[in-house]
Amino acid sequence: MNKNKIALTGAQAAAEAMRQINPDVVPAYPITPQTQIVESFAHFVADGKVETEMIRVESEHSAMSAAVGASAAGARVMTASSSQGILLMLEILPIASGLRLPIVMNVVNRAISAPINIHCDHSDSMACRDLGWVQIYSEDNQEVYDNTILAQKLAEKTELPVMVMQDGFITSHCVEEVEILDDEKVKRFVGEYNPETSLLKNNATFGALQLPDYNFETKKQQSDAIERAKIEFLKTGKELSKLTGREYNYFESYKLKDANYVVVSMNSSAGTVKSLIDKLRKKGKKVGLLKPVLFRPFPYSEIKAALKGKKIAVLDRSESFGANPPLFAEIKNSLFDINAKIQSYVYGIGGRELLEKDIENVFENLMKNKFEEKTRYVGLRE
Amino acid sequence: MSFKEIASKEKRIVSGHRLCPGCAAIPIVRIILAGTDKEVVASCATGCLEVATTIYPYSSWNIPFIHNAFENSAATISGIESAYNALRKKGKIKKDVKFIAFGGDGGSYDIGLQALSGAAERGHDFVYVCYNNEGYMNTGHQRSSATPYGAHTTTSPSGKFKKGNETFRKDLTEIMVAHGIPYVAQASLSHPLDLYMKAKKAFDAKGPAFINVLAPCAQWGIKSDEAVEISEKAVKSCFWPIYEVEKGKYKINYKPDEKLPVIDFMKAQARFKHLLEDKDAIEKIQKHIDEKWKHLIELEKIGE
Amino acid sequence: MSRLKGWKEMRKAGLVEPASSLAVKTGDWKVFKPVVDHKKCIKCFRCVVFCPDLCIEMKNEKITSNLDYCKGCALCAKVCPVKCIKMEKAR
Repeated sequence: MNKNKIALTGAQAAAEAMRQINPDVVPAYPITPQTQIVESFAHFVADGKVETEMIRVESEHSAMSAAVGASAAGARVMTASSSQGILLMLEILPIASGLRLPIVMNVVNRAISAPINIHCDHSDSMACRDLGWVQIYSEDNQEVYDNTILAQKLAEKTELPVMVMQDGFITSHCVEEVEILDDEKVKRFVGEYNPETSLLKNNATFGALQLPDYNFETKKQQSDAIERAKIEFLKTGKELSKLTGREYNYFESYKLKDANYVVVSMNSSAGTVKSLIDKLRKKGKKVGLLKPVLFRPFPYSEIKAALKGKKIAVLDRSESFGANPPLFAEIKNSLFDINAKIQSYVYGIGGRELLEKDIENVFENLMKNKFEEKTRYVGLRE
Repeated sequence: MSFKEIASKEKRIVSGHRLCPGCAAIPIVRIILAGTDKEVVASCATGCLEVATTIYPYSSWNIPFIHNAFENSAATISGIESAYNALRKKGKIKKDVKFIAFGGDGGSYDIGLQALSGAAERGHDFVYVCYNNEGYMNTGHQRSSATPYGAHTTTSPSGKFKKGNETFRKDLTEIMVAHGIPYVAQASLSHPLDLYMKAKKAFDAKGPAFINVLAPCAQWGIKSDEAVEISEKAVKSCFWPIYEVEKGKYKINYKPDEKLPVIDFMKAQARFKHLLEDKDAIEKIQKHIDEKWKHLIELEKIGE
Repeated sequence: MSRLKGWKEMRKAGLVEPASSLAVKTGDWKVFKPVVDHKKCIKCFRCVVFCPDLCIEMKNEKITSNLDYCKGCALCAKVCPVKCIKMEKAR
């Protein structure tokens, strides 16, 4: 296999994947901490390294609107955003999924206002978990690169838009070694985009008004499609595995099989957990990590099989105010019919750092059987 | 350029739509879409034109058409036009295609203004048509920033203390002129061949073109056969001047020998009936119309 | 009325075929219908272009209103320069 290892930030890794995919149209608007993705890509455009029509739109709402137009016209479309930008796009996100358009968006996770905060938490991507987009979370720069390429193929196979997450600043701005595939390999992997129906090829009406006599059925089609995306995710992952040698599953199981005490955590904090697990394992503690990757559609039964019989702590980097935090809610759902010991934690809001000693505390509580109904907070000053 | 010529073109919009009897929007769209023989792709904002022509499983559009949301017709067409450019460069598309975005006054003056401005500023090659019925008509006649001073709407009603809409209309046509785009025009159904000529120029223009067309609506309190007559009164009273701005140069397409007093335009519609005895209000409106007309005459003189 | 399609048979994403509204006969909205005096008609085509329902056409040298779609708005009668269209009760 011809592969190159180069030093890239998470944002650059996303941009590199985009460069190799060479989308037809990229409508983009800058927002911290996504800006470097758009900037890197703009450089590629300026240097003729891609054939992309870049639309420097006047807001994220127009970015997603233009993405819908371009995708419906039969073009391969990619974009990126964060936080308030995602929220501004919110109206159009379900239009993209409702019209079954395979748009791929890199989401650089950043807290949402108010208060305004430019640092990492998952409140932006969690705010759109119900809108019909496939959601994939990435722990590090390598995963950002891999997942973006996987997402492109998955989107077109399932006719659904896909968002690929990475932690703002922590992943997006930090340099790591990333193994890049050959341009040719990526090009062949994603292939040509030839949609069945498009505005430039067919005479059709998109976005008709559907009254109560039809709307339900069209939404069911969408629901069915995202369910089928679960299998497609694995299939597409297997195809990508052949090129990269890495595996793509619904979640990563790190020293999970024989673990008694498990932390469930997504994105970059999983890296911190892994590092602590290695230390604790040396001390003979049976600890492990389950790192969800595919969040939508959610793999309930697979999660249940993996966590059965273990004591679990779920770390959420966002809240669902007035209810269980989103990741905890899904994990709890997965385990509802078995007597699972599961504790909810919220950490890292607004970019608050997660330290190894915090996670050590979490494991200790699991080992001491300290469970309670309400959500605990990690790293919060009382 | 003749009615026969327009009538001979293939129908790009067809019967069976659910717009009100006598709705001006459809003949306006028909005339405009006849302005090019090339293939056309349309985007349309949420509103009367979109809702009543695309009630699933029926569509009145005979051209590729997309409805996205309310405020993004111009952003949507930007994406479509960019896709066309990209695919054309790659050799995946060889044919000539023209792009048109429709929006009501709501979707153009108000909620859609940002997207319209952005698309115009970026210079996409498209035509934007605002079919202007001076209010949010699809939802039952609420005021927009295109609603004239004094008009009764459901959100600016005439009551004991308030007498209808309290502001003068925003001038979107002038806003579009300020964008420096190749072609801007204001048109009326009462002057259909002028509208047709404008549509042709708009499609031929290289870059963004904008046409603001007055579209009288039944909810103004007029009869189903009066749309053309009311449009004519609007033009003759200079309430709705018809003019073009080509590469910054103004040309007024119709100058009345004797301006129709604006009250003659107003009394033909129920939305102004509460003002007909109000001399002050009428004077205020007439003064505003006169000043704007005078200003337009001066603008035409620039560059002579 | 034929049975409505289920979600497995419907086209995805609510896509609609072009010009499919021709299946909707809006003609039953009308109270009045246009009647043309063909001797007076000067074949100017104004009524054709102005018709909000695109349903008045020149057929075999005669201006004809397609009553399947005509909503009886009377705009054709109003714009006719020679007033050769009269509105009569449709039923």
